[in-house]
Amino acid sequence: MEIVFAIAVGVTFGSGIWLILRPRTFQLITGLLLMSYGVNLFIFGMGRLWVDRPPITPHTTVDPAQFADPLPQGLVLTAIVIGFATTALYLVMMIGARGLTGSDHVDGEEPRE
Amino acid sequence: MLLASLILVPFAGSLLAALMPENARNREAWLALAIAATGLLVTGLLYPEVAAGKALREEIAWLPSHGLQLVLRMDGLAWVFTLLILLIGLLVVLYARYYMSPKDPVPRFFSFLLAFMGSMLGVVLSGNLVQLVVFWELTSLTSFLLIAYWHHRSDARRGARMAFTVTATGGLCLLAGVLVLGHIVGSYDLDEVLAAGPLIRSHELYRVALVLVALGALTKSAQFPFHFWLPHAMAAPTPVSSYLHSATMVKAGVFLLVRLWPALAGTAEWNWIIGGAGVCTLLIGAFIAIFQHDLKGLLAYSTISHLGLITVLIGIGTPLAIVAAIFHILNHATFKASLFMTTGIIDHETGTRDLRVLRGLRHQLPVTAVLAIVSSAAMAGVPLLNGFLSKEMFFAETALVGGDEHWWMSVAAVAMGMFSVAYSLRFISIFFGTRATDFPREPHEPPRWMRFPVELLVVLCLIVGIVPGVSIGPILHLAVTATLGPNTPEYDLTPWHGFNLPLLLSAIAFSGGVMLYVVLRRYFNLREREQVPVIYRFSGAQAYETSMMVLTRSAQWLLQRIGTARLQPQLLMMMLAMLAVPPLLVGMPRAWTEIPLHEPDPLFAAIWVIGCACAVAGAWMAKYHRLAALILVGGTGIVTAATFLWLSAPDLALTQLMVETVTTVLILLGLRWLPPRIEPKELHLTIPRSVWMRRSRDMLVAVAGGLGMALLTYAVLVHPAPETIADFFLLRALSEGGGSNVVNVLLVDFRSFDTLGEVTVLSIVALTVYALLRRFRPAADSASVPAQQKNAADPASRQTPAEQASGGYLLVAGIYLRMLLPFIGVIAAYFFMRGHNLPGGGFVAGLIFAVAILVQYMLAGTVWVENHIQLRPHRWLAFGLLLACSTGLGAWAFGHPFLTTYTAHVDWPLLGELHLPTAFVFDLGVFAVVVGTTMLMLVALAHQSLRARRLPGDGGSDAGLTDGRNV
Repeated sequence: MEIVFAIAVGVTFGSGIWLILRPRTFQLITGLLLMSYGVNLFIFGMGRLWVDRPPITPHTTVDPAQFADPLPQGLVLTAIVIGFATTALYLVMMIGARGLTGSDHVDGEEPRE
Repeated sequence: MLLASLILVPFAGSLLAALMPENARNREAWLALAIAATGLLVTGLLYPEVAAGKALREEIAWLPSHGLQLVLRMDGLAWVFTLLILLIGLLVVLYARYYMSPKDPVPRFFSFLLAFMGSMLGVVLSGNLVQLVVFWELTSLTSFLLIAYWHHRSDARRGARMAFTVTATGGLCLLAGVLVLGHIVGSYDLDEVLAAGPLIRSHELYRVALVLVALGALTKSAQFPFHFWLPHAMAAPTPVSSYLHSATMVKAGVFLLVRLWPALAGTAEWNWIIGGAGVCTLLIGAFIAIFQHDLKGLLAYSTISHLGLITVLIGIGTPLAIVAAIFHILNHATFKASLFMTTGIIDHETGTRDLRVLRGLRHQLPVTAVLAIVSSAAMAGVPLLNGFLSKEMFFAETALVGGDEHWWMSVAAVAMGMFSVAYSLRFISIFFGTRATDFPREPHEPPRWMRFPVELLVVLCLIVGIVPGVSIGPILHLAVTATLGPNTPEYDLTPWHGFNLPLLLSAIAFSGGVMLYVVLRRYFNLREREQVPVIYRFSGAQAYETSMMVLTRSAQWLLQRIGTARLQPQLLMMMLAMLAVPPLLVGMPRAWTEIPLHEPDPLFAAIWVIGCACAVAGAWMAKYHRLAALILVGGTGIVTAATFLWLSAPDLALTQLMVETVTTVLILLGLRWLPPRIEPKELHLTIPRSVWMRRSRDMLVAVAGGLGMALLTYAVLVHPAPETIADFFLLRALSEGGGSNVVNVLLVDFRSFDTLGEVTVLSIVALTVYALLRRFRPAADSASVPAQQKNAADPASRQTPAEQASGGYLLVAGIYLRMLLPFIGVIAAYFFMRGHNLPGGGFVAGLIFAVAILVQYMLAGTVWVENHIQLRPHRWLAFGLLLACSTGLGAWAFGHPFLTTYTAHVDWPLLGELHLPTAFVFDLGVFAVVVGTTMLMLVALAHQSLRARRLPGDGGSDAGLTDGRNV
């Protein structure tokens, strides 16, 4: 389980790195999306992996060792929602820059080659 | 609170003055007058206590837990300076009322002036050195603003920049010096620092502290080699020159030196650094002053020279020299302020300040002429005027300290005396000669109250000069005893001391000065000379400009060499740093397996095979096949959501799923505005070598980064989890938070402050997106209707989206999705209600509800939806934020901290007992914000296609659309 999870984080993050080093704005936004999956999974993994132990406590008497760590989950939930907001902002910047400069290069102008 | 009020009232007045209308010249002046007068009254009230030899202290707790407090301290020296600042301030305000033109924006002027008054009072009343530096920098700042008051003039801007650069740099040195002092003494409290003189002087860091403090003081008081900023500061309105640049602010430097005299003085370093700078300044300033053609320039250099004189006295450092220094500070403030005001009057009346033009003014301005001549005489040190007394003391001290060995000190003093007589004569020469009629304006005597401040100051010069013992004696004594304490010497304040050496020196200086003036005038063409002889080559201002240019150039050079405005190299550097820095810092992880691992589940592995394939394929396709890439990345998102579900995080799974949906729709809407990018179809396309290299390099970085991240993740996962605060949340979620879904309780209760911040960020982003898109103009090639929608053979291209959904090819989907709307609404409500106990909550419910609306938009188009539902996303945002904040504030009403949750237990008929925590209301706010944000962003994006189609000259099949509601 752990090894699969680690590979998943690595692959999403690595694909993200490749994409954010590309010159086109759309590649950048996809790269950021992929990277945020990797990072969110990574933070989530800080609470270790738990199968069938959601942090839902139906009774007041609780043995904390029997439940997944709720803290990384709370953090990642926040991160997902904020990530959505920044993606939206980036998207608007992307189409705005394209309208303004006429280019979809990340620097706003086509490279001189 | 009296001391605090002295500082606070001018600042409050500054704020008030700034709010007054442009043309309220009288009201502004009255306000400033009232403030200065109140200050004077308070100062007067404090006199008995200060005169009794006490140092008044006020401490205002600021951050008591860190031992930080504002300390205000008023001893005799501070009292005298307070009096000086407020009295000259009062007169300057009165004068400025008449000086400023009705066309000048007076609120700004008086606001800055009052702010300066407050800062300057802060400097003299600070009982803590760091606090003193803060006020010190504030005076630099207000001085900058006042010099640049007429900011349409380039000389004003340049002068302001120069003054600020020099004095603020000095201020930074001073801060460093003060920190060193604090390190030596172990306290920044003025009382303790002053008492620790021997400790400071014997400490190895003494020289460092002294040089740094001296840099601060010498730059502020325009001492050589930093004197050049003061003449350029004369671009300020004359009241400012009179107040800041002669009477008060430039005195801050010498004030500081006097203030720290007990702590720092008494060493050879002190004598040489302070005294040396003073001697140079006094000679250079006085000499250059003779050759000025601008009245204010002459006074500026004279001010520099007099400040030099004071600095020399402080540098000499004997108790009697300190007495003379304080005395001269007061005298100089009196006569120089009056001279500046006279200059302002002359400028005001004749329209020029050029010494080459002005002459014979006694015919037109008889009273002003008399006043100016008397104050110039005081400046030159003529007997029976105040300048004479302190200059006598100066001569006496130089002769005494210099003795036979350092005879040059007396020579320097006499030379300075001669120069000052010469420039004073030059100054008053404008009143003599034949009556001139060729001025830009025909001069008349100024208004009664404009001249009043000058009259008062001149009378003060006379009173102090004739009966010093009665008039200035007690005040001077106050300042002297406060500084010198038990070292206070015997001194005698009388105009006549009999025939002695100082009187002889005075006589030589006086006659020499007159001769020098006559010679210069007759044989050296003083009136027309353009340059100062000999030392014009050593221009401080030129050196300043050159060094500024070198600084700017080298910064540009450095930026060109190591900086880039391009995004890709920056990101590459970031990624490389991310790869390299952590291993360098912590090294490789040590042990591997320490806890029992989970058996790999084949299904889990299988979904991640798909997820990874999607990620890699998405990365591959993102260049030419954006839609495919988007779908593939979405696939990875779904797998991520499934992983959350699998690994005991149902809330995350839900949120990820909904966010995925909304994000995909969002980007789909954006794709429309990107330029087409078609994959080249030619065979045997050769990739240039450089491109190939770049791609290999990026691939290497990407693989290394992914590998590193995977290793790190694995290393973490095989280690046992440390003790965290998770147990706290798990144990208390139900008992104290009133909910069994710990993640939700965490978000809306334990960490609700974070969540409040988060929804605020969401709202801000939504509004930013909205604002950015209001100004958005699409690029020309994506503005027209896409080719797919223009196909004449397709009947759908002649229909609006609404027609397609109501009767066209989307009829089935239309009916189905419209029927679905209430169901999705119910589901959203369901997820919201159960959020506290089961997976769900405001975020998820908000996203679900937003998707319900979104589906309608996608189906029937913007126009149809907005004709049928009034959405108003802005109101959702406002309502949500208001609800969340007021829930938090509600806790205050019951005496609890912000955002404390309260759970009500209500018995309902049929439903039984229900928990109603206030967190529920907070979550409702979150829900509203999420709905508002999502809707606002998507709707703003969706509206762009409406706009684009309304562009002129784009006829086509979209005519029906423009009939719809205007957006």
